[in-house]
Amino acid sequence: MSTASMTAAALVDPVLGFELAYWQQTTIKVVLALVIVPTATAIVVQTFLFKMMAGMQSRMGPMEAGPYGALQLMADGLKFIQKELLAPSAADRRVYALAPVVSLIATFMVFVVIPVGPNGFAANLRTGIFYALAVSSLSVVGVLMAGWSSANKYALIGGIRAGGQLIAYELPLVLAVIGVVIQAGSLNLQDIVVAQHSGEIFGWGGIGSPYIITQFVGFLLFMISIQAELTQPPFDMPVAESEVVGGWQVEYSGLQFLFFYIAEFGAAFGFSAIASTLFLGGWAIPFVDLDAGIMHIVGPLVLFGKTMAVAFLIFWVRFSYPRFREDQLQQFAWKFLIPLALANIVVTGILKVVF
Amino acid sequence: MAITERDQLNYIATQAADARVNVELETEGMTINIGPQHPATHGTLRIVARLDGEQVISADPVMGYMHRGYEKLTEVRSYPQVTTLINRIDWVGSFANEVPFILAAEQLMDIEAPERARYIRTVLFELSRIANIILFLGDMAVQLGAITPAFFAFRDREFVLNQIEAVTGGRFHPNFDRIGGLKDDLPAGWIKETKQAMDKVRTFCDQMDDLVVGNEIFLQRCVGIGVIPPSVALEYGLSGANLRSSGVDWDLRRDENIGLAYDEIDWKVWTHDDGDSFARYWVRLQETREAANIVDQLLDNIPGGPIMAKVPRIIKVPEGEAYVRTENPLGEMGYYIVSRGDTGPFRVKIRSASFSNMSITSWILRGVYVPDIITILASMYFILGDLDR
Repeated sequence: MSTASMTAAALVDPVLGFELAYWQQTTIKVVLALVIVPTATAIVVQTFLFKMMAGMQSRMGPMEAGPYGALQLMADGLKFIQKELLAPSAADRRVYALAPVVSLIATFMVFVVIPVGPNGFAANLRTGIFYALAVSSLSVVGVLMAGWSSANKYALIGGIRAGGQLIAYELPLVLAVIGVVIQAGSLNLQDIVVAQHSGEIFGWGGIGSPYIITQFVGFLLFMISIQAELTQPPFDMPVAESEVVGGWQVEYSGLQFLFFYIAEFGAAFGFSAIASTLFLGGWAIPFVDLDAGIMHIVGPLVLFGKTMAVAFLIFWVRFSYPRFREDQLQQFAWKFLIPLALANIVVTGILKVVF
Repeated sequence: MAITERDQLNYIATQAADARVNVELETEGMTINIGPQHPATHGTLRIVARLDGEQVISADPVMGYMHRGYEKLTEVRSYPQVTTLINRIDWVGSFANEVPFILAAEQLMDIEAPERARYIRTVLFELSRIANIILFLGDMAVQLGAITPAFFAFRDREFVLNQIEAVTGGRFHPNFDRIGGLKDDLPAGWIKETKQAMDKVRTFCDQMDDLVVGNEIFLQRCVGIGVIPPSVALEYGLSGANLRSSGVDWDLRRDENIGLAYDEIDWKVWTHDDGDSFARYWVRLQETREAANIVDQLLDNIPGGPIMAKVPRIIKVPEGEAYVRTENPLGEMGYYIVSRGDTGPFRVKIRSASFSNMSITSWILRGVYVPDIITILASMYFILGDLDR
């Protein structure tokens, strides 16, 4: 298989054709990570939270800073940086200061394994998707730390709600992915992309086998679960403004709040990228050979397009739905999503064996 | 049966055992202050809720953070000045606040407004009802976590406010009602524009039908939450849509109409039997549609003639007492005026709807979950200015 070379974890410059030294690779990766996550966050927030939301609600959105408000985030970011970092006097200071960083790091770590091209990945782990899901749930720790250390009842309620919710929805998330893993026969995200490109749907391989077609139940479950993981409506009780006044974020200000903000929307982008890798074929496009040189350039753009399409779904739901109540949310997870996910795994397994 | 010493000792022993268990396994309750600064109280209402987990053991509303002493302030003002003041009671349906006061003063002075003024008064009364309830229809969804309906509400309320502004010159505080009639006549072309605005209101109601009432999650959050049986609703003196959604068919516009043109048109009082949060939303939604129909009908039948009766230049209200109540957007609103024959009232008692409606808070919030506090408070719909005066 021509793709065997791709699974080797090496950042080879496709133009120059020689391998960079380890420290050079690492430096490039770190710089990219520092650039990509905030940029992704900015794109998501600007496109969806500012402009699409405004369009759906028949208003203009930010218009003053830059053309059509394009520099609004710049202004917002500067404002956040200038603000004083406040902490309640009763707060557990060290935990309180650490919480946003923990959340942010969890988000950064998700981006590591997402393949963006034939050789485009920071780390090509054999258990890539397993790693991504495991790391993404680390943000719960940050949230619980924030809720507990804020010395605020609303923050505590919000933090506990977030903890319960994220744990409950971790299960359907993982179970939804298992269907894909069974079909692809690999936990490696790059392999999953390859399997979708070269796969066949019941013997028909016209456009490969994007798993959204065969795993549509899994896709639905995955989307619902990441909606809950991201604490977006209709699953936003942990930060419900009208109930717990922002939940665990209530006491944070300035840069620390910005960290939570980046973590939240960066994670939205990261999860969308994982969803498009798992279900929409990732950076590959049908009819174009995976090893074609053009894919080094086009691959990231394709993945970006698919990611934005998935993110659009997330934010569309966010803007139109009211939120569940806490017990209804738990019932929805345990009584509906998890049984459905298990049934999906059984059916996928049977079909995998039969065909 | 006589209580022996042994029984007593037994009793003491069990009490002590209970106390030990309680100390060991004590689950500490939590008291949270919802408000006075809280997004869900849209103002400064404070609710002291004692929680066991997420369940409310007791909830006490603390009112008066925004008390502005209107009853006292009216005593040092002349009658025309009072309308400026009481505009600010229910600040999203301002014109409706003026009407019962003016009607009471007219009753004391034995003046009747001309037919045309009565019609325009009713039209503006209903327009302020629409402006008020549209806000509720959007706000209730916000309290439940959906932000978009609120923006739709603000967008479409603007059409109604524009019409109010076109007549009165004030978007929020018209101060337009006068003893004996109105300040001005309608501007040219207003009737046609208002009918267009009413069409927009109907479209808005249809949108809310799709976006909010038709939403599965909204139904899950509202149906069966905060049920008020009719008997309890009457005991606590609820009024307006809160009462009608408990199945009590009572509307002052129909049952005790004074000085407004409701008898001359064909309209319907909406009720709902369930008495839950959803019923309160549904009744208000239907009432908004009905109000748009009322406005349309009144505009079709509006008579000609003067808009002001003969009123002395300096208004002195003869000695006496009068109480007039009307069906305001939030419920029953009444002014009890005591006059000693001066240019200003001697004493005014304001019966505002929200104050009575919120008296049920501690009864209805007992035993519900924290998120349901928000649902119930939002569905009861109070305006802080109306609550504290």
